[in-house]
Amino acid sequence: MNADAIGRAVARMAREIVERAGRGAADLAVVGIRRGGVHLAERLRAEIARATGTRPPLGTLDIALYRDDLAERGRVPVVGPTDIPFPVQGRTIVLVDDVLYTGRTVRAALDELVDFGRPRRVWLAVLVDRGGRELPIAADFAGASVPASDGEDVLVRLTEGGAAEDVVVVMRRGS
Amino acid sequence: MIGRHRHCIALEDYSREEILEVLDLALSMKEVLRRPLKKVPTLRGKSVVNLFFESSTRTRSSFEIAAKVLSADALNWTSTGSSVSKGETLLDTAKNLEAMRPDVIVVRHAASGAPAFLARHVRCSVVSAGDGAHEHPSQGLLDCFTIRERLGSLGGRTVTIVGDISHSRVARSDLHAMGKLGASVRVCGPPTMIPQGIDRLGATVFHDLESAVAGADAVVMLRIQHERIGDPLIPGTREYSRYWGLDVNKASEWLKPECLILHPGPINRGVELSSDVADGPHSVILDQVENGVAVRMAILYLLAGAGATAAGAPPEKATA
Repeated sequence: MNADAIGRAVARMAREIVERAGRGAADLAVVGIRRGGVHLAERLRAEIARATGTRPPLGTLDIALYRDDLAERGRVPVVGPTDIPFPVQGRTIVLVDDVLYTGRTVRAALDELVDFGRPRRVWLAVLVDRGGRELPIAADFAGASVPASDGEDVLVRLTEGGAAEDVVVVMRRGS
Repeated sequence: MIGRHRHCIALEDYSREEILEVLDLALSMKEVLRRPLKKVPTLRGKSVVNLFFESSTRTRSSFEIAAKVLSADALNWTSTGSSVSKGETLLDTAKNLEAMRPDVIVVRHAASGAPAFLARHVRCSVVSAGDGAHEHPSQGLLDCFTIRERLGSLGGRTVTIVGDISHSRVARSDLHAMGKLGASVRVCGPPTMIPQGIDRLGATVFHDLESAVAGADAVVMLRIQHERIGDPLIPGTREYSRYWGLDVNKASEWLKPECLILHPGPINRGVELSSDVADGPHSVILDQVENGVAVRMAILYLLAGAGATAAGAPPEKATA
């Protein structure tokens, strides 16, 4: 995907989200999963604001403290900032990440999110669904489906201005 | 692991980067403490034993809360009323605790070197909660965190430590950590309480409070231990507070308006600090207590978070 395709995909996801929310669009909130989902969440929020005329609140989740693989790691992951500056109670939360793969990050993010309160519902929006799920998790909104094998990495490069961005599939180093 | 370390015993052994690793992480931990639901599942199934051979409320509760917020089980073992009062040695106590398979032992002991001794004899991580007149690393880290939070950085700052430097493990940990983070550290107190050779740890010695705090960005007022009052080091609390204590007049005349006042607690009101200073605008003493929990969470997470040894861990898998 190139910059144009990414821009169109984000705009389309925003329209679909607003459409599905219907009259509940006022209760939307967008939460990006660090780090890949944060910038995408900002873009999605801007598109939603364009469609509805109101800017939904924006939050950030860092899932390091909720990972399920700490026992398998030699070192603990760095913990970045989590910031949910609005009550999640009763809201429709759009959880945003750049790539959906095993589903484990989303599992951790859901666990963390509900520790902040009880949302009315949670939707998952991702730019790329690459398959390879290890948990029963699916995206509600996906920009593109890019099947990739376990030996490959899907790299999403997003930039503030939107100039040099793309999505590419590369062989994982060492495999 | 904190950098290269499996234990947290002395900030003297820690590099600047290792200290910053804990402080940066503590910032994320503080955010967890501000959540409506103050609990994360990170250390589920891990256990932390608090082994306290000296009385302590603040530090022990702080480690206990830190463990519990991270979902670790915390067990408190105090020397009074336990097998220690029946004559058990430190090593026997430790070996017995180890048989219960804790992941971290937090130890406070009156003898300098007790945590290092334990670390040589047990397989789990050891965190010192203060040993003799050696170090109190988590206090040193939380003091740095508190100053950093208010002033942005310790680089180029001046910090004055006032009180019984000779017997203070807090002073030693502060000196090591603040020096590594780029602060210039002054120490000040009665000549009987300034140890020989403290300048070799990078401190500048002052024997007069007014010049010691002039221009300082932060002042750490140490607690005068009651058991030392009346011995030859200081004749009495009135004399101590007159020469080495801060009251509102001295604070307003001698301190910069933005100067921070820290105290490791518990405060002897009217001795090191008058009440209006302890509760006044310079004081960050209650911030220190909250930050202490965040810093101890960071220490426990780094030491107990990863399950396997670095050698036995499987390669990382992407989890996007």
